[in-house]
Amino acid sequence: MKSIAPKWLATGLAGVIILAASGCEMPPPESVQRGYRGTGMVHVANPKTVAAVAAANVAPEAAPAVPADGPKAKDIYKNVQVLGDLSVGEFTRLMVAMTNWVAPEQGCNYCHADGNFEADNVYTKTVARRMLQMTRTINADYKSHVGDTGVTCYTCHRGKPVPQKIWFTADGKDKSAFAGWRYGQNAPAHSVARASLPNDPFTPYFTQAGIIGVASDKALPVKGQTGASIQHTEWTYGLMMHFSDSLGVNCTYCHNTRAFSSWAESSTPRVTAWHGIRMVRTLNNTYLDPLKPVYPAERLGPTGDAPKANCATCHQGANKPLLGAAMLKDHPELAAHPAPAPEPAAAPAASVKTAAKAPAKS
Amino acid sequence: MAEYQNIFTRVQVRAPAYPGVPLPSGVFVREGPAFFNYWAGKFGNAQIGPIYLGWLGIASLLCGFIAIEIIGLNMWASVGWDPVQFVRQLFWLALEPPKPEYGLSIPPLNEGGWWLMAGFFLTASILLWWVRSYRRARALGMGTHVCWAFAAAIWLYLVLGFIRPLMMGSWSEAVPFGIFPHLDWTAAFSIRYGNLFYNPFHMLSIAFLYGSALLFAMHGATILAVSRFGGERELEQITDRGTASERAALFWRWTMGFNATMESIHRWAWWFAVLCPLCGGIGILLTGTVVDNWYLWAVKHGVAPTYPAVFPDVVMPK
Repeated sequence: MKSIAPKWLATGLAGVIILAASGCEMPPPESVQRGYRGTGMVHVANPKTVAAVAAANVAPEAAPAVPADGPKAKDIYKNVQVLGDLSVGEFTRLMVAMTNWVAPEQGCNYCHADGNFEADNVYTKTVARRMLQMTRTINADYKSHVGDTGVTCYTCHRGKPVPQKIWFTADGKDKSAFAGWRYGQNAPAHSVARASLPNDPFTPYFTQAGIIGVASDKALPVKGQTGASIQHTEWTYGLMMHFSDSLGVNCTYCHNTRAFSSWAESSTPRVTAWHGIRMVRTLNNTYLDPLKPVYPAERLGPTGDAPKANCATCHQGANKPLLGAAMLKDHPELAAHPAPAPEPAAAPAASVKTAAKAPAKS
Repeated sequence: MAEYQNIFTRVQVRAPAYPGVPLPSGVFVREGPAFFNYWAGKFGNAQIGPIYLGWLGIASLLCGFIAIEIIGLNMWASVGWDPVQFVRQLFWLALEPPKPEYGLSIPPLNEGGWWLMAGFFLTASILLWWVRSYRRARALGMGTHVCWAFAAAIWLYLVLGFIRPLMMGSWSEAVPFGIFPHLDWTAAFSIRYGNLFYNPFHMLSIAFLYGSALLFAMHGATILAVSRFGGERELEQITDRGTASERAALFWRWTMGFNATMESIHRWAWWFAVLCPLCGGIGILLTGTVVDNWYLWAVKHGVAPTYPAVFPDVVMPK
């Protein structure tokens, strides 16, 4: 029986390897209780991930403030449509900041060709002007979501001319008309954190006003009423995976998972998120998608739509973009409401059916 | 002493191959020569074959093959017949049931039609296999306990893919064929119907599921522990209780005050196993048909506790 010991050793070793490879996460995750004890409302985070998110969400230093008096930008420069009321000093400071935030490598020429600053002959300038108006709208009209922290160009751009986290309506075309129908799902899609859920939950919810709530508000079925289908539920589920993945949080950051739909059981960030959904919908419909004719073809998506925003565009893995760094206080010119205010186009209403169908259209 | 501290099969009986009791005269006979496999002997009986297929077995395998082909080829078609992507994405791929718009009507082939066909052939295969298991048990003069346990599993399968969709009036309520997609379906099902954990039949099903595992572990461990006294000869020990039986019984009476018998433990195991899918099926069948939100149902009936509000100001914004 001498051979028994090594056998047990091998079995034990195999067990340890299986455990280490499957269930254990190093370093051990840290958890913070966020709801009533026993409800599982706990925020779980791996210190390694937290450190990576912290490193990726550092706000740049602001340039020293400049006097607001002196001649106005509109009186000195030509064709200043949005920022004309700033002093020349403020205007120049913002232009330098925008260059650093959006096109640090390309410089002024990314929007202004050949030193001709007044011309609108580069499409990026038209886009940038619209983005300034959008930024002001966010900071003025959506305090319910961005609070006093606000947003600047850097919140999304992070030194890149095109923000890294943008989305397009999915092509949704199947490979074959005869077999292999995917129903816009069943692929390891990054949009839904690599789940097999419907992989374009943005079109029905972030451009159309698709109904997100799926659970019934009555205990028993109501005769003659058909509730949300399982497929519809999977669209919502996909959207929630996007929330979770974009903010680096789990379901319990907003919900008590014993009753996802119940507002009474939910936590405060769910209210912020609710406003965020409406904000993103307005931004996509009023500012981002209408820029379609301005962009060159290579900037458009597979169905010819303009790049659009979702939670990840600003959040980029953090529950608060840039971990709550308040860049707006150094650029109050971005907080003022644009004049004249753009007409917010009403989001096209989408029924449950069209919400589920939308991405399948191409 | 360590000789008896075994958890792997240690004895392999190698007698001449045994073809089984004579069959009643019929078209089919048991097929193939019997042979022995050492590694099969590590897990179970070293003798493999002869097997009896019969027309039920052949029909069942054929239907099963057709179902797997429809599912697999649809999955492959969904990645444009790319073999590498088929393997890489296999766990994500699925054959989806029809969209909700189609209700119980026959949908276009590529929007659920393939799913209906695969479901038909898979169900035919399973039901044929059930009849086969019944007929084989009878042919050997056995009871039909295995068939009825299998039938309990088929009940749950039929509720999920056929009976409940019929009652809900839509094939779209059924489960997709796919690894991750069927798990997503499960989670979505619970989310849509307000948390299945508040469904009492789901609770019972879980109790019987975990209970089955516990009973299996307790029984297996007990018999191994008394195998040095001949405890694995359970059948004989039912009527002629030897020292193995006595010791096993005494062990459980000492540790928990009560014990099964060599006979009753198998009845416990059978009922626990059978009640798991039986209760589960009832729970699924009630969902959406009789109860629309299990959480609210549980609140209404005092099942779900109320917790102090940690975020009292949270209300749905207008």
